[in-house]
Amino acid sequence: MPTSVISVRDLSVNYDGHQVLDRVNLDIRPNEILVLLGGSGSGKTTMLRHIIGLEAPNAGNILIRGVDINNCSAEVLKQIRRQVGVAFQEAALFNSLSTEENVALPLRELTNLADPVIEIMVYITLAAVGLAESGKLMPHELSGGMKKRAAVARAIALDPGILVFDEPSAGLDPIVSAELDELILFLKQAFQMTIVVVTHEISSAFRIADRIAMLYKGSMIAVEDKESFKASTHPRIRQFLDRVPDKVVETPTVQEHLRELSGMTGVES
Amino acid sequence: MKILEGIGAGVIQQFAYIGGLSDQFWSGIRALPRVLPVIGRRGRWRDAIRQMTAIGVSALPMIAIMAICSGMILALQGAGELRRFGALRYVIDLVAVGFTRELGPLLTAIVVSGRSGSAFSAEIGTMVVTSEIDALRTMALDPVEFVLAPKYLAAILMVPCLTIMCSVFGILAGAGFMYLSTHMTLGIYIRYVFDSILLRDVFGGLIKSVAFATIIVHVGCMEGFKVRGGPEAVGRSTTSAVVRSTFLVILADLFFTAVFYLARMQ
Repeated sequence: MPTSVISVRDLSVNYDGHQVLDRVNLDIRPNEILVLLGGSGSGKTTMLRHIIGLEAPNAGNILIRGVDINNCSAEVLKQIRRQVGVAFQEAALFNSLSTEENVALPLRELTNLADPVIEIMVYITLAAVGLAESGKLMPHELSGGMKKRAAVARAIALDPGILVFDEPSAGLDPIVSAELDELILFLKQAFQMTIVVVTHEISSAFRIADRIAMLYKGSMIAVEDKESFKASTHPRIRQFLDRVPDKVVETPTVQEHLRELSGMTGVES
Repeated sequence: MKILEGIGAGVIQQFAYIGGLSDQFWSGIRALPRVLPVIGRRGRWRDAIRQMTAIGVSALPMIAIMAICSGMILALQGAGELRRFGALRYVIDLVAVGFTRELGPLLTAIVVSGRSGSAFSAEIGTMVVTSEIDALRTMALDPVEFVLAPKYLAAILMVPCLTIMCSVFGILAGAGFMYLSTHMTLGIYIRYVFDSILLRDVFGGLIKSVAFATIIVHVGCMEGFKVRGGPEAVGRSTTSAVVRSTFLVILADLFFTAVFYLARMQ
């Protein structure tokens, strides 16, 4: 029995010669909330897409419950995917289906449960995320926070052991964002889930995380419990936590540009 | 050297496109039984019914108008020449055979490509942009089975029906022309129509219509699945879906017409 639910081993990803992830390693333990932090372009969404098997890496392995998801049969991958629920940044609800139909979708498609049983399960799942009364609403009738809750309900419908969130608080006001954080903590407690959250929201990370991993320009620079992370002296972590902008690059003057032109013998100010 | 590289890259790209279409086609064929009532996944056939309404019923008024106009145009153009030889009656053959073999399937395909092919591409492209396709994949659901197969089933059932309706309206437009120019009654006109067309003309037209439906659905869906980036990419994909599917429909039409011509020669 592997001690890690998800293991990322030497994951490297290269898009058109641009190294997005460089030999990244990460172990995610059972029943923990691991927050993957990082600035824009740090590679955290790319890493998430590889963890959930949407893309294949150039090098390295991703093991979910000991199974290498890039070197297994389609049937095994299907079984693994049923154990991983994903709540996307944009919620990704199907607009032609009502909220309850969205939640019922994986149950209808991947199980042989009778319709009345599915209806009860959908109601319980929607109640768990606080949307018991909103099942009949269409996605366009839901607020941003409700959409994210509905996406969570759909992600947990099959009772997966692992739940992955991509930028859960993106586009939400602080109150709704805090409510979503509470929901994530509740899911961990109530369903004993292993939860991975990709975000750049520091306050949210400290509220929900058991451990925090941080990516910087495609490299994993820290995987620590949140107290150690908070106290870290790593310059990039400090810069991120203290919200210090990158040093402003001095732009060359027009004269300096002109001097670099071939055949230019001199430039007067 | 750069020109050669460019040509090579273009050829490889086109082969990759055809390979992708072929791969998607076989996936679509494999997924079709799962859309059928009783033996398919529960409720999936309801999607196919919805698509049938969108592809078929909603397109009927436009196809009727286009067929009537085209039937009149064909009759007027034919009559202009045939009248000089005292062979005005052969306008009936021209319209009946022309619509059954050629114009019925082609006009229908062009309308369905413009209406539904672009809609498929926009719908799937939007699903890609909003991560809905990714969501399906992470739920271990096959996007081809879930999104494409109901559209494919609906199209291969509805496009032949629309083709028949298109031919009927076009031929009836010819009846209108013959009545106005020679006072020929509808009964006599229909007798001449049945004399001029053969069952193989009807079947030939229907075979073409199924092939055209296949092209429209697969090109439309493929352009949608290929979308990368934001909403502007969805716009480009819809244009590309219509242009590519219309081009491929005309190529396929040439192929089938040549095959049927050679078959008649033997």
